[in-house]
Amino acid sequence: MYSIVESVHVLTLTLFVGLAAMLDLRLLGLTMRRVPVNEAVERLMPWMKFGFIVMVITGLLLFYAIPVRTFQSVWFRAKLVFLLLAGVNVLVFHSGIYRSVAQWAKEAIPPKRARMAAIFSLLLWAGIVIAGRMIAYNWFDCDIQPQSAIVNWWAGCVANSD
Amino acid sequence: MSLLEFFEWCETTSVATVIKNSSWAFAVIESVHLLGLALIGGAILILNLRLLGLGLRRHPVQELARDIRPWFTGSLIVMLFTGVALFLSEALKCYYSPAFWLKMVSLLLAVIFTVTIYRRIVMEEGTSYGPRWQKAAALVSLLLWSSVGAAGRWIGFS
Repeated sequence: MYSIVESVHVLTLTLFVGLAAMLDLRLLGLTMRRVPVNEAVERLMPWMKFGFIVMVITGLLLFYAIPVRTFQSVWFRAKLVFLLLAGVNVLVFHSGIYRSVAQWAKEAIPPKRARMAAIFSLLLWAGIVIAGRMIAYNWFDCDIQPQSAIVNWWAGCVANSD
Repeated sequence: MSLLEFFEWCETTSVATVIKNSSWAFAVIESVHLLGLALIGGAILILNLRLLGLGLRRHPVQELARDIRPWFTGSLIVMLFTGVALFLSEALKCYYSPAFWLKMVSLLLAVIFTVTIYRRIVMEEGTSYGPRWQKAAALVSLLLWSSVGAAGRWIGFS
């Protein structure tokens, strides 16, 4: 069961992160230059929303299966921070430069602020994918000591007094 | 040299040795493989959604196909390089893994289909292939590439 949920989580990556990355590349003027940005956003958004919902549900199930170890994983915590930053990036983009999208939607290379949002998005999602994959590895697990103080602090390891 | 001997030899190559002796290398290469998956998946989906009459349907198939192509090819190359490296480091495990063989067969079929029938349908000028051909091509493409991805994930579980 875990393997099936995990496979769905990984393959939905293509639907959500894949389409988001293509959208980011459009914002950078690196592909689909003749597709107006607002059209690309509106037409792809339902698929990305669906992908995102599947990611969140399967992600929560995976967390629920191994909660304690995951919660104390440096990678999981990094992933949450990146997710939060990616969310902030989306908010800033939509409440900022995207409000005037009608004026620049057809430009082959969108304005700088839109391109910056695309670069942040690509970096953050890459970070989220990598951190997510690394949760499976135990290099920094609390029960493998000694770890550096920073690792123990970031993972929230409870000190073992012996 | 039998096939098994070849797979045994793969694990003795220098690339395989370096990856096997490192605690990080496999994880890092696999992460790049995953990033490639996301990108190639996005490229394949955009074109296939269009062929199914969904997504960016106001734009000609041929135009989107040309836009997507470098990203598809680029991420395929990344996937092949990282995939071969991962394979070398655990060739024997792959030899005995049904998921690995399913992935290889699906990959071969997917690549052959993409460079022959699929390419003709998406790159053709004019309308010699109607919506039915386009939808059929999109479904076959989605089926084959999903099979590559799912079987690939399953190598890790076997």
